[in-house]
Amino acid sequence: MGAGEPAQRGAEGAREGARPLLQVRGLGIRFKTTHGVWQATRKIDFDIAPGERVGIVGESGCGKTITGLSILRLLPGNFAGLDGKILFDGVDLASCSARQMRAIRGKRIAMIFQEPMSALDPVFTVGHQIAETLRVHSDIGYEEARAKTLEMLRRVGIASPERRIDDYPHQLSGGMRQRVMIAASLICGPQLLIADEPTTALDVTVQAQILELLRDISETSHTALMLITHDLGVVAETCTRMITMYAGEVIEDAAVDEALVRPLHPYTSGLLRSLPHLSPRHGRLPSIPGRVPSITDMPNGCRFRARCAHAAKGCEAEQTLQDAGGGRRVRCWRFAELNLPGALHPPETAATGRVARQ
Amino acid sequence: MARRSPVRVVGSRLLQALPVILLATFMVFALLKLVPGDIAVTLAGDNATDARIAEIKNIYGLDRPFLVQYGAWLGKVAQGDLSQSLLSGEKVADSIGRAFPNTLLIVVIAMLLALLTGIPMGVLAAIKPNGWVDKAVSLIASLGVAIPGFWLAMILVAEFSLKLNWLPATGAKAFSASPVEAVRHALLPGIAIAAYGMAEVARQLRGALLEVLSSQYVRTLHAKGLSMSRILWQHGLKNVSVNLLTIISLLVNRMLAATVVIEAVFAIPGLGSLIVRGAIQRDFPIVQGVVFTMVVVVIAVNLVTDLLCAAVDPRIEQ
Repeated sequence: MGAGEPAQRGAEGAREGARPLLQVRGLGIRFKTTHGVWQATRKIDFDIAPGERVGIVGESGCGKTITGLSILRLLPGNFAGLDGKILFDGVDLASCSARQMRAIRGKRIAMIFQEPMSALDPVFTVGHQIAETLRVHSDIGYEEARAKTLEMLRRVGIASPERRIDDYPHQLSGGMRQRVMIAASLICGPQLLIADEPTTALDVTVQAQILELLRDISETSHTALMLITHDLGVVAETCTRMITMYAGEVIEDAAVDEALVRPLHPYTSGLLRSLPHLSPRHGRLPSIPGRVPSITDMPNGCRFRARCAHAAKGCEAEQTLQDAGGGRRVRCWRFAELNLPGALHPPETAATGRVARQ
Repeated sequence: MARRSPVRVVGSRLLQALPVILLATFMVFALLKLVPGDIAVTLAGDNATDARIAEIKNIYGLDRPFLVQYGAWLGKVAQGDLSQSLLSGEKVADSIGRAFPNTLLIVVIAMLLALLTGIPMGVLAAIKPNGWVDKAVSLIASLGVAIPGFWLAMILVAEFSLKLNWLPATGAKAFSASPVEAVRHALLPGIAIAAYGMAEVARQLRGALLEVLSSQYVRTLHAKGLSMSRILWQHGLKNVSVNLLTIISLLVNRMLAATVVIEAVFAIPGLGSLIVRGAIQRDFPIVQGVVFTMVVVVIAVNLVTDLLCAAVDPRIEQ
């Protein structure tokens, strides 16, 4: 597992002239509250290539979920407006009509959510809910839809699908419900699957199975995956690239292998250091002091600087997401001079480090 | 978890209903005995001697202990006999058989009107909460709840019967003899009772639909590419059908109770008029018979509602 491999892959993609599947450019999302309109995210820029698995990480409230929802234009009722472009296969989703969006939702871009318990309609069978996606987007007969649903249930690893297809959600376990959700989202063969904390509500053993399923499906059917999570372990296991968000901005974008070993932004480094199973066994678990600034009280300049151990004069200036070489980007003007610790030791000492811990 | 067969469910529910019937009839019987006034005095006629009254009490068994009288009534009911009116001597079952269709027609009309107006109002209000439609619906619903049925009934009579002469002001016609005339007679009382029902259906449905529409699975449905109308009419209505059935069953009970006053306003010979007359005259077999009938209807409606709820919502264990 060479650190340079994903970057090479990216370079190959560029050579072939492959257009990214999703290009988010300058995305800003505004919400209205009783106190006025607030900017929830700002100047979000990132690409997702066809078949790529990208993890979006960050603490709660940093705009990950909102960014995911905005791609499908499923923003909640107090949504006030959207700036920038969301280019999907060349079409700007930000300016699509409601009818055009309906044709894309579920068919070309699918989304699964955190709580498989409440994300399924309790009074319809799981078979109905999976086949529904298919029936909404195509003229398909009952028998054919049922056959495809059975096939999909088998594909997502549900044992004896003939028995389960007519079950109601409450008759299934949490892991099975999430498998059903995945089946319902993938049955039309979308090019992009947005998964918002898909394993957070599940217990650890089931989590691993669901992540493996997502990775497997992404690989075999070349479905791009945008995995929104606060769990860096999930990203390390599943994704090839990692985008870190903080206070409504993208602050780092790098291949997972590189970001884990040598993060460029102090916030990414802090997140990695506070992972229990990746940090040294003895001593106090490091944490990032303070909390994400409120949407109503955003500081100027670097939004992380109040919590940053490396803050210096100059951080109060506006930070841009700059090219850091090797296909990496970072929103920190000091990245070159800081040598920040990651979660793993550099590749040559990683093996010994792991042995020592066992 | 194996589902129990519907037959067994109904059987066990009917067994549970027995104590309710006992309690309701016993309480009404006790109340009738507590209030002053005695039917024996009425039966004895004007200027009757105490001896004559005592004799009449003896004939009708009114001098027996309270519990014995109740027991005797209950014993007859158990054999399918609701006994006779003390005043007219007519079989109570016959009186009820004559009065019940009139009351039933009013309740059915009121329920249909309440649902036909309340459901669209509730759905329209829920589509855009706090919009002007929602505000208008909530205003109408507040009026519907606040306006007393008997007052509305008198206004309706004054306007549509006395002034415009569109509908009859009083009385009832047998549905079997002339359905159109029967409905014409039952329409105004039906409207008077339906106002409250409409308000209740609209308010409850709005609340239930809003809860459904804000739930996580509705977001999933949007993410799957469903249109709003499909989400509303397919998933929304199926999810609130349990709420709707519950509202209907509660309304049946309430409307039955409301007929007592409304029938008096419109002089309709229904169950309500029957029980009022029975109570005034202390003709307790009549009162007991009507209470028994109403309790049975309420229990039957609740049972049917529960069975229907279990049919539409798979999470409900029977």
